[in-house]
Amino acid sequence: MGFEETELRLGLPGNGGGGGGGGSHEGEMVMRKRGFSETESSDESADNNVDLKLNLSSKDQPKAQVVGWPPVRSFRKNMMAVQKSSTDESTEKAVSGGSAVFVKVSIDGAPYLRKVDLKMYKSYQDLSDALGKMFSSFSTIGNCGSQGMKDFMNESKLMDVLNGSDYVPTYEDKDGDWMLVGDVPWEMFVESCKRLRIMKGKEAVGLAPRAMEKCKNRS
Amino acid sequence: MSEDDDRSPPSDPATKPPRPCAAGILASGSGGGGGVGGCGGGSTSVELFPAPFPDQVLENVLESVLCFLTCRRDRSAASLVCKSWYRAEALTRSELFIGNCYAVSPRRATARFTRVRSVAIKGKPRFADFNLMPHNWGAHFAPWVSTMAKAYPWLEKIYLKRMSVTDDDLALLADSFRNFKELVLVCCEGFSTTGLAVVANKCRQLRVLDLIESEVVDDDVDWISCFPANHTCLESLIFDCVECLINFEALERLVARSPSLKKLRVNRFLSMGQLYRLMIRAPQLTHLGTGSFGTVDGMILGDQEQDYAPAFAACKSLTCLSGFRETLPELLPAIYPVCANLTSLNFSYANINAEQLKPVIRHCHKLQTFWVLDSICDEGLQAVAAACKELRELRVFPIDAREDIEGPVSEVGLQAISEGCRKLQSILYFCQRMTNAAVMAMSKNCPDMVVFRLCIMGRRRPDHLTGQPMDEGFGAIVMNCKKLTRLAVSGLLTDRAFSYIGKYGKLVRTLSVAFAGDSDNGLKYVLEGCPKLQKLEIRDSPFGDAALRSGLHHYYNMRFLWMSSCKLTRQGCREVARAMPRLVVEVMDNEVDEGAIVEDEVEILYMYRSLEGPRDDAPKFVDIL
Repeated sequence: MGFEETELRLGLPGNGGGGGGGGSHEGEMVMRKRGFSETESSDESADNNVDLKLNLSSKDQPKAQVVGWPPVRSFRKNMMAVQKSSTDESTEKAVSGGSAVFVKVSIDGAPYLRKVDLKMYKSYQDLSDALGKMFSSFSTIGNCGSQGMKDFMNESKLMDVLNGSDYVPTYEDKDGDWMLVGDVPWEMFVESCKRLRIMKGKEAVGLAPRAMEKCKNRS
Repeated sequence: MSEDDDRSPPSDPATKPPRPCAAGILASGSGGGGGVGGCGGGSTSVELFPAPFPDQVLENVLESVLCFLTCRRDRSAASLVCKSWYRAEALTRSELFIGNCYAVSPRRATARFTRVRSVAIKGKPRFADFNLMPHNWGAHFAPWVSTMAKAYPWLEKIYLKRMSVTDDDLALLADSFRNFKELVLVCCEGFSTTGLAVVANKCRQLRVLDLIESEVVDDDVDWISCFPANHTCLESLIFDCVECLINFEALERLVARSPSLKKLRVNRFLSMGQLYRLMIRAPQLTHLGTGSFGTVDGMILGDQEQDYAPAFAACKSLTCLSGFRETLPELLPAIYPVCANLTSLNFSYANINAEQLKPVIRHCHKLQTFWVLDSICDEGLQAVAAACKELRELRVFPIDAREDIEGPVSEVGLQAISEGCRKLQSILYFCQRMTNAAVMAMSKNCPDMVVFRLCIMGRRRPDHLTGQPMDEGFGAIVMNCKKLTRLAVSGLLTDRAFSYIGKYGKLVRTLSVAFAGDSDNGLKYVLEGCPKLQKLEIRDSPFGDAALRSGLHHYYNMRFLWMSSCKLTRQGCREVARAMPRLVVEVMDNEVDEGAIVEDEVEILYMYRSLEGPRDDAPKFVDIL
């Protein structure tokens, strides 16, 4: 979130957005600045730092920021950040808080494309379920069936699927190459995926050898 | 509607043949059919209507009369009189309100009420707005839309608040309801511009498309271009929360071909120049959201020298102004021509100071609703108090929502408002410091107060002049404001404050508590003392199982109870679940919280009455006891 990044402080680095799964969480556990104590030979965890701030916060604990307090909705909290940096932040970031990974998802034959935030999911299975739901209304993949959609993310079934006329998920990675989904660990996929394309099985055949190659190079 | 559908749409009561005096028949019949409003005239009508089937006549008459009952509480009361009233009421209810989407199933609701034209459904509890509820908790619109698609093909209006709505849901909606007229989504998420495109394109009778504080995913779809190419029926188009670029030319053409358009709120990606072009095409507007009210991305778009005041002056019916997302204060004089007529002004995104506010607010004599940022300081609030004698609702939002900083507004502003705006009914006030004296003054000066929400942003802050807890201030509010139904408390509060609420807050329906109280007694006072309590949301307060048990007599009367980061144990919640079978008791952890999780300690309790028992769409992290 742009606002936090521009704030000068010497405390422990904040977590940024939500932990495991949330796209737009505000929750940060950030240690607040300790006044003049940084000028001393500082051991951040030492409790013996004299707090030279003169405000009257009589509470014993350090005032770490708390989730959802004050009760102001995120679009209002982000407002100042958005207003200051609206030229350099994309519209997606303004909505989601900066730690989301939005990628376009297109499926051959469907009239619309979608965008998903990969950070919302923890595994290929999660992503597959979500995409299955998203595209299930399109008759073009009606014959694929929900089972087909569930399976296509299963790494061991990729080859089976390729041989049929089922749909195959592919993605464009940071290098601009089109790869089969599922050949790298989930976290690596989230890092490198730029867009997703679910293509008809026949067209994806040529990708398989390249995917294997890259896999070998990485490991 | 398909030709196979042989159910008739609800008949319009206005076209029904006039009946003989209903009051007459009912009064002479059962002798006490409840205070049914009569037409003038005596009870000679019994002879006029020698019905072979008196029950049917009675029901027809009942239906005619019940059509005039619009308040849902009155309708519920009517439905309890006897079975025939229950049936008649169910047949004539055209507006369905579901306060908690999990309290009743779509099937049950549509089975009882078969002729509904308008549906309102609320989902997640309010604390979900502040990220206190884990993602993907529920409140899905899908089961509702799929059931209603079959049950209410003539449905015209849908209002959703805090629901999870997908593009597929919107597509089904657009396909299923031929006569669909109004869609209002408040604090919803899960859909994208694709969904909007489908609604715009397929709902040819659409009058209202209002997106309020909702999250819309940007799918790069130009949904504005998807409205019908000829004349539209649009009366209201609100999309100020949509964080996507808009095809301006398409919007301009849309406004030009929407002669009924009265409400238009654009998003912040429209500059002043673009707004001007829209306004001159729609001088009939009553509600306007101005978008950026400045530039977009630092570009002036060639209109810097333009005088925008004539465009505002041309909108003679303008009463409600909002937007101001990236306000250039020097452009504010453009709105002077409309200030005198404004009843509602939303400056809550405008980073302006007192000096910039004064020349505007000075003219706003009729203002009843005012939302603003605390950047105007106490001085700005004093100007508001001096000018806006008709003010009913005030909201002061923080420009910098952190604790432990010097805030620009304080008890001085609150005091001034209480003295100047005697008709105030609703207030939401964020501040860093407050005194009991100012709160007490407001309780005495504003006897019409219905909603009092004070948020002292520093947790557990006492009265900053006396060092005392804020008990007396909030006590005065519940004591003196006899019409109070909604209360949110903050600052340093002991159990005493809650004893006041329990003793005097007899009409309180919604109570919001954070970082307050000393012991179980606090919650006990409230649960035992407030008979009208319906919605109770508590966070980070030391209330435990004993306090929870003290509300068993009341939970079936409530819509929900939320308690997070309190002192509840799983065992305690389980006991409540066992004692009350019609209560759904959900227990969960907030995945974002990094504090140590103690065994058996409950992080979040969310419980609500329900006719359906545990829901079947609960995600893994929710435990239903």
